[in-house]
Amino acid sequence: MELFTNQVLAGIATGAIYACMALAVVMIYQAIDHLNFAQGEMAMFSTFTAWQLMQWGVPYWGAFVLTVAFSFAGGIIIERLLFKPLAKAPILTNVAGFIALFAIINSVAGLIWDFTIKQFPTPFGSSPFLGSQLISTHQAGMIGVTVVLLILLFIFFRFTRIGLAMRAAASLPESARLVGINTSWMIALGWGMAAAIGSIAGMLIAPVVFLEPNMMGGVLIYGFAAAVLGGLTSPFGAVIGGFLVGIFENLAGTYIPGIGNELKLPIALALIIVVLVVKPAGLFGRPIVKRV
Amino acid sequence: MSTVQEVVTEAPAVEAVPKKAMTLGYGTSLVVLALLIVVPLFVKNFIIFQMTMLLIYALAVLALNILTGGSGQFSLGQSAFYAVGAYTSAILMEHANINYALTLPLSGIVCFGFGYLFGKPALRLSGVYLALATFALATAMPQLLKLNVFEPWTGGVQGLVVTKPDAPFGLPMSQDMWLYYFTLAVSIAIYIFSVNLLRSRSGRAFMAIRDNEIAASAMGVDVAMYKTLAFGVSAGITGVAGALGAIAVQFVAPDSYTITLAISLFLGMVVGGVGWLPGSIVGSAFIIFVPNIAEGISKGLSGAVFGVLLFLVIFLLPHGARQIAVVAQSLIGKLKKS
Repeated sequence: MELFTNQVLAGIATGAIYACMALAVVMIYQAIDHLNFAQGEMAMFSTFTAWQLMQWGVPYWGAFVLTVAFSFAGGIIIERLLFKPLAKAPILTNVAGFIALFAIINSVAGLIWDFTIKQFPTPFGSSPFLGSQLISTHQAGMIGVTVVLLILLFIFFRFTRIGLAMRAAASLPESARLVGINTSWMIALGWGMAAAIGSIAGMLIAPVVFLEPNMMGGVLIYGFAAAVLGGLTSPFGAVIGGFLVGIFENLAGTYIPGIGNELKLPIALALIIVVLVVKPAGLFGRPIVKRV
Repeated sequence: MSTVQEVVTEAPAVEAVPKKAMTLGYGTSLVVLALLIVVPLFVKNFIIFQMTMLLIYALAVLALNILTGGSGQFSLGQSAFYAVGAYTSAILMEHANINYALTLPLSGIVCFGFGYLFGKPALRLSGVYLALATFALATAMPQLLKLNVFEPWTGGVQGLVVTKPDAPFGLPMSQDMWLYYFTLAVSIAIYIFSVNLLRSRSGRAFMAIRDNEIAASAMGVDVAMYKTLAFGVSAGITGVAGALGAIAVQFVAPDSYTITLAISLFLGMVVGGVGWLPGSIVGSAFIIFVPNIAEGISKGLSGAVFGVLLFLVIFLLPHGARQIAVVAQSLIGKLKKS
């Protein structure tokens, strides 16, 4: 039983990473209706920016705020320059664009900061949390930040004018335009917010997985999986999905014989497919009814 | 929450392509064919090898094109089918001593079955959900091939070495050249098969499903059957491509068939034009040569150069190589009139 509890706790700790990333994934999905494959690389680039600022002597929280602002602007610029012209192109062409963006950011970051692993500081410290060996204060802090972020997003989308406009632009763009919403800028704003949330996720994840240009590869896959599991239409579902994926991955690794670290990912993905076959819109997603 | 349902009129993920526009005219086809036959006689063995790989990837892109451009289903798992085909052929050749040419249909059949079975649960998924499911298949495949249980056959992490066949009947040809013509013959056969498939009753059913699934089922199309069939056919062709790839490279190993391969095939399809079968060879050329060109331009920034080139292509030609063909066709039409 103790083994079980410990594994669940460890799962929650890693799940927090996935939850963070999944939240960023869902944000951009809400705004643009695509999964952004370059999301992880954008977050990685932001995290490197924060690291660079700290190398130049900016204190942690100063660097944090500057990075979030930089990422927000960066997200908007990327959308205006690269993806606005593609708005009328087929969806699959857009996906190819994400892959191109992925390659560009990864390669540029590798050139600027090279591929050696760097330490990233944590503001929460890394001592054991409440006497538990499995969750450190950093991981507890990460869970806390994710929850706060989620609440802020909820308030933003539910109670602000601009949040309502963004939801309208995403779900029915034509009707939204008719009532005077600038849908094009709503999409740009969605990119900016997704990049900003991604940068926060990156800065929280970096102390755990260490900073290097390929740090986001694995995390993004789990983030996608978590987002899809929770339902792509629900930020709350994404966070829950993140924790579930983390817990399940740990439990499968412990209890099913013959599964080493190698097979953890396929098993986690297989579970998600099983869930999707039963509930095609994810655990918390709204089913979409199609009109013929 | 669950009582609130979104009602949307969803545009199909893949645009409708008129049936005739999916192929080339006879004249153009013959010119391309003549080039593919003549060029290898005048170039070095290494270039012949690259041309063989060009045809093999073109087959794999074609298979994805039938699935996505034909039936509107999205797949990031083609590398898994490619791997199964490659391994089936390699194992049959090395452990059962079966002739290389005979392993191709067997690989095709094995992959068809595999794809058909995979298509069953995938039926309930569409769009990004299907993308994730196929993606899971692609990431799982290298790990499954490494499993200890299969090691006596697959060779585990080490992989298998495949012997390259000699030209038969004492033909005065190098191994590379023979293999090229062999691949070319297989490719032509599969291309003709695919064109006819899409023109047949089944092909029309695929396209009806792509354009509007609900309307198609109302018209009496057996949606479940045709969707799994499309998966099976696509996987079967990819399997043959994988088998040819194994013979050409003379080596199979789990890490040659990662998700990167699946993403390349996807890029090949987009660059060639989704739903335009002849574009497959253009897309294949893109994924084989552009990374090399990018490396030539800048070693350190090869990824960035590749990304920029890809952006250029999709900015100029959001519909892929098909757009060039459409423009060329209308120009020729004008010339004929005047």
